[in-house]
Amino acid sequence: MTYPRLIVVLTLLVAGLFMASLLVGVADVSVMDSLAALFGGGEGPLPIVMREIRLPRTILGVMVGVSLGLSGAAMQGYLRNPLAEPGVIGISASAALGAVIALQSGLAALFALALPLAALTGAALCVLLILLLAGSGGTLSLILAGIAVSALSSALTALVLNLSPNPFAANEIVFWMMGSLADRSFLHVWTALPVMLVGWALLAFTGRGIDRLTLGEEAAATMGINLKRLRLILVGGVAASVGAATAVAGAVGFVGLVVPHVLRPLVGARPARLLLTSALGGAALVLTADIAVRLILPGRDLKLGVLMALVGAPVFFHLIWRMRGRS
Amino acid sequence: MSLLTTHNLTVRHGARVTLNHASLTVEPGEFVGLIGPNGAGKSTLLRAALGLITAEGDSSLAKLSSAQRAKAVAWLPQAREIAWPVRVAHLVSLAQNEREDAPEVLAALARMDLTALADRKATGLSGGEQARVLIARALAQDTPLLLADEPTAGLDPAHQIACMETFSGIAKDGRAVVASLHDLGLAARHCTRLVVIHAGRIVADGPPRHVLTEALLSEVFSIRCYISDAAEGLVVQPLGQITQDDA
Repeated sequence: MTYPRLIVVLTLLVAGLFMASLLVGVADVSVMDSLAALFGGGEGPLPIVMREIRLPRTILGVMVGVSLGLSGAAMQGYLRNPLAEPGVIGISASAALGAVIALQSGLAALFALALPLAALTGAALCVLLILLLAGSGGTLSLILAGIAVSALSSALTALVLNLSPNPFAANEIVFWMMGSLADRSFLHVWTALPVMLVGWALLAFTGRGIDRLTLGEEAAATMGINLKRLRLILVGGVAASVGAATAVAGAVGFVGLVVPHVLRPLVGARPARLLLTSALGGAALVLTADIAVRLILPGRDLKLGVLMALVGAPVFFHLIWRMRGRS
Repeated sequence: MSLLTTHNLTVRHGARVTLNHASLTVEPGEFVGLIGPNGAGKSTLLRAALGLITAEGDSSLAKLSSAQRAKAVAWLPQAREIAWPVRVAHLVSLAQNEREDAPEVLAALARMDLTALADRKATGLSGGEQARVLIARALAQDTPLLLADEPTAGLDPAHQIACMETFSGIAKDGRAVVASLHDLGLAARHCTRLVVIHAGRIVADGPPRHVLTEALLSEVFSIRCYISDAAEGLVVQPLGQITQDDA
C-alpha cells in the first residue's frame, strides 16, 4: 500500500469510528434520530445527549488518540527504540501527579478547569526538570532523566494517596488515574485543544531529524540536524500533547507504544512517515477502545485505560518475544 | 583553498590527553590515510575536527553551523548504525532530502555496487553490505570533503579495493578524503598522503613512500614489515611483531 493510500484508508477508518462513537451509548435510539438530533437540534433530551455528551466525548477521543500516537512515534524515532513510549520521559506520571494534587486538595471541586490546569502544570514542571537534569547529553541521559522524574512523580502520587484522610477522595483519585473519556464536556475540548495543537505542530517538525537519526546521532548531526534543537522540540511537543491528553482523559497507556509498532511495516519503517500515520492510528485505537468500553459493560463504567492496558500488555509481550528472537 | 584546517587541536578526557596539539591541513585532490595503532587518537582527531566533541584549538569545520557543515563535509562514523529496517535506496537518499532518483544517490549506489540491493531492507543485509550502504550514504551527500572512520573494516578484499579506488577517484576529481585505516598495504597503495598518529600526537605526515619506513613502523606499530617498490606501486606487508626482547 502506498503512503498516500494508507493515509486515506486511516482517515476513512477514523471518520467511520467517529460516526460509530457518536451512535453508541446507553440511550437506545435509532441512527436516523441520533443524526437528526445532532445536526438538526430540536426539542427533548436527545439533542443534548448528542451535542453535549457524545460529540465532545468523541472529539476528545480523536484528540487524545492523535496526541498519544503521534508522541509515541516521535519518541520511538528519536530514541531509535521500538519499546519507547511517551511515558518514558515521565510526562504522563507528572501530569497525573498534578491532577491528583488538584483532586486531593479540593481544588478540582472549586472550578471545572482546575484539574486539567493542574495536570498541565505538572507536565510543564516535568519538562523543566528533565531538561535541567539531562543537560546537553545524548538520548541516554534523556531517558534516565525521564525515568527519574517518572519515579519521583509516582512516589509523590502514592504519598498523596497514602496520606489521604478521606477514603472518598482516594477512591476518586484511583478511578481518575485509570483514564476515561466518560462525562467530558466541550469545556475539556477547548481547554486541551490549543495546547495539543501546539504540541502536534512541534512534533510535525521532528520528521526530518528522526529520519536522519536512523543513521545514528553523529551521522545525523553531520547531515545538518541540530540535535539540541531537535530534542527541545521533541520534549516540548510530547509534553504539550501528552500533558493535555492526560489532563482531560487521565492516564491512558500503550497507545503510544502499540500504534507505531503496528503501523511501522506499512510505512517501510520510515520514522517521519510514521508520525502522521500513528496520529491517525492512535485516534482509531482510542475511538475503538472507547466504543468497546461502552459496549462490553454498559452501565458499569469500564475505564478506557484499563481496557487499553488489557489489550496493550499482550502486544508488548509479543514485541519483547520478537526482539528476543532477533538477538 | 584548503578543505580542512586544524590548529593545535587538543582533546582531554579528565587528566588524560587523547589528542595533543594536532595541526593538519587538507587540500583538494588529496586522499589522506590516517594510520596509527588502536587508541592512538585517529577517531578523536576526526571527531574533534568535525566539532562533534569538545576540543581546545581550532578547526575550520567545527566553526560552521550544522547546515553549513553538512554542505562542507560528509562523515562516516565507525559505529555502523541502521536503526530501522528501511530500504537501502531510502537510507542513501537521506543525504539528498529523500530524493531516491537524485543523480548523486544513483551514482553512489552504483559506485558501491548496491544497485541490485536498492530495494532490500538495509537491516537484512550482511555486515559488509551494510558498511557499503553507509559509505554510499556519505558519498551521496556530495560534499567537497569526506571524513571516514575505518571505512574498509569488514569488507571483502574486492570491495576494500573498490572502496579505496572510489576514494582516490573522488580525490582525483578535485575533492578530498580523510580516512582512518588499519590496512597498511591498502593505505600505501591508494593514499596520496599518510598521517601517522601515535599516543595522541601526529608523528609523521607525507607521501606514503616517505612515511612508511622500517624505523617508523617499528616505533609506532611495533611490527616488522616488508616494504618494496613494485611495478604496481608501493607494497607494504607486515611480517611480525617486535617484542621488547628484540628491541
